[in-house]
Amino acid sequence: MKVVLQNLTKIFPSRDKKAGKEVVAVNDFNFEIPDGKLIGLLGPSGCGKSTTLYMISGLQKPTSGKIFFGDDDVTELSTENRGIGLVFQNYALYPHMTVQQNILFPLQNLKGADKLSKEEMQERAYNAAKLVQIEELMDRKPSELSGGQQQRVAIARALVKMPRVLLLDEPLSNLDARLRLQTREEIRRIQKETGITTVFVTHDQEEAMSISDMIVVMKLGVLQQIGKPQDVYDDPANLFVAKFLGTPPINVLEGKIQGGKVYIGQEAVLEVSGAEDQDVVIGIRPEGFELAETGALHCNLVNVEVMGRDVSIVSHHPASQNASIRSIINADHKTSVGGQIVRYDLKPHKVFLFNKETEERIRCEVK
Amino acid sequence: MVDSKQQWKAWLYLAPAIVLLLVFTVWPIINTVRMSLLENYSGLQATAGAQFQFGLGNFLKVVRYRQFTQCLKNTCILCFLTVPISTILALLIAVALNSIKFLQKGLQTIFFLPYVTNSIAIGMVFAAMFNIVGSFYGTENELIVTAGIINNVIEFFGGTHINWINYGSSYAANIFVMVVYIVWNALPFKILVLLGGLQGINKQYYEAAKVDGTPRRRVFTKITVPLLSPMLAYVVITGFIGGFKEYTSIVGIFGETMGPPDAAKRLNTMVGFIYDSLSSNSQGRASAAALILFAIILVVTLINNQVSKKRVHY
Ligand SMILES: Nc1ncnc2c1ncn2[C@@H]1O[C@H](COP(=O)(O)OP(=O)(O)O)[C@@H](O)[C@H]1O
Ligand SMILES: [Mg+2]
Repeated sequence: MKVVLQNLTKIFPSRDKKAGKEVVAVNDFNFEIPDGKLIGLLGPSGCGKSTTLYMISGLQKPTSGKIFFGDDDVTELSTENRGIGLVFQNYALYPHMTVQQNILFPLQNLKGADKLSKEEMQERAYNAAKLVQIEELMDRKPSELSGGQQQRVAIARALVKMPRVLLLDEPLSNLDARLRLQTREEIRRIQKETGITTVFVTHDQEEAMSISDMIVVMKLGVLQQIGKPQDVYDDPANLFVAKFLGTPPINVLEGKIQGGKVYIGQEAVLEVSGAEDQDVVIGIRPEGFELAETGALHCNLVNVEVMGRDVSIVSHHPASQNASIRSIINADHKTSVGGQIVRYDLKPHKVFLFNKETEERIRCEVK
Repeated sequence: MVDSKQQWKAWLYLAPAIVLLLVFTVWPIINTVRMSLLENYSGLQATAGAQFQFGLGNFLKVVRYRQFTQCLKNTCILCFLTVPISTILALLIAVALNSIKFLQKGLQTIFFLPYVTNSIAIGMVFAAMFNIVGSFYGTENELIVTAGIINNVIEFFGGTHINWINYGSSYAANIFVMVVYIVWNALPFKILVLLGGLQGINKQYYEAAKVDGTPRRRVFTKITVPLLSPMLAYVVITGFIGGFKEYTSIVGIFGETMGPPDAAKRLNTMVGFIYDSLSSNSQGRASAAALILFAIILVVTLINNQVSKKRVHY
């Protein structure tokens, strides 16, 4: 089931009538979620991810705009008639019911033609439990489960009705690091197996990049960029997106374009064509540096961190906006780093130029 | 562990509370047990130097008293009628209050008013509302005029007035009035506790239920009530404990006669019995009755606890 958001906007009225101003939680969203794909809704805390998800679910009404499931306009449709499964950030499992009762609960609400016999319900619940591998835990109460297991129960409960769309609100944020890694692969597997169109909300860019078919980056209620994770990473639309994606984060330096060259300080690091002379912000991915005896960029060496496969070099540059510049160099190149200064050449496709005022990407050819 | 040097300090800080407890709680309890086990103990005679034998005579006497069985019956009837009724009503009102936003604070205050109003005063108002005739005593020359608002309403709708609490009224009518009054009095506290419980329930359970298209009735029975069960158990248990100590409410409506003028003491309760024994200087009998009441409350509370262990979730 494809999901289309059309000019979707949500404005929360201010609480304090005198002083406060209204909050535009979601501002004029337009995008299409293709059928059967997993998309990651990504952005910092408070940017309106949950609000978007709740509007898709129908728990919150949009201030304006439309939502389509397939070709059906569901904007006015109530939650229970949309055929969605929703997994809450803290799972919201009914604490007084066993795992089995929790999973059965949505099925027992079905009425009329959809009504199932007891056996059918048991079977569906068992299948859902099996899909998330908790069929052994059916008689436990949620309080007797670990975070990861509760998470699976919540997914099973959302899946048991065979929803058209599955919505997950920061499903991994309550898990520890190892479990998070494991569970996100699990979610990916389940999504592939069921083929349900899935929206996955997270503030963790790594999480979103690793499992999504497509990511949607948001900031303060405004959509920044949509695309395949790799495409967005390789071709960010603005400084915010460039900074938000990638670990370690992108290095940001101040510089200028002058006479077809990109300058950092006094050093002409790259050639550029198709851009006017101006002050710019330069983003360089950590993997965009190459050690070179004759490299144009001079940095003051601080530290070298050996990480086995890679070497991470921490250095300073006066033009840097970050506290330090971090580059990642393949450890195969037995390049010895010594002395006070490191010199780099830059890989053009890992360097992005941004307008200093608008922070929008300057589209030009960098060589 | 607190090291021993510090321990005397702990005792020092606890001392005021311990002294008060010893004087006003522990000693009276011990004394009650002692008096109940001394045959026909009377405080007055004791001060005059009389000696009493040990024995269970007080308990036997109490149990054999017709007045006592009547008191026990009244107490139990009132308890088992008012606790369930007031709990269910309070639950419904609390859920309704919790589901509205507009006027919630105002209504909450109104529902809480009986709690801060003197129960004797409320009793007098209720007595006036359920009144029937111009006078209380039913002597021959008295004019029968319907005066209470309840009977006025009944007559307005074409019914005949009912003698609720006056001379010649029936036991059933008396109990009915008492039940209405006690329930009314018990509501505010229960509503307050249940409303607090409701507001503590995570809203996401309701959103989850909504996503699954759960009908309202099912949300109430399968989600709200189970999640509220600890609070429900609390109001039921405290309700029973309070119910077995019922006394002032009867006085509030019927005065110290504890019944209509022609049937004084008909509505007397366990606590009323204890007071009566005290006022006739039979401290032995009063102590025995107090211990019996204590035993009954203990048993009822234990049963309640057992039931709630099965019914109260998490
Ligand atoms: N019910 C609400 N009333 C008022 N403001 C809200 C409400 N829900 C969310 N907001 C505001 O909307 C913005 C987006 O919230 P949310 O969608 O929860 O962000 P996210 O899930 O991305 O962290 C925030 O500024 C938040 O304070
Ligand atoms: Mg959120």
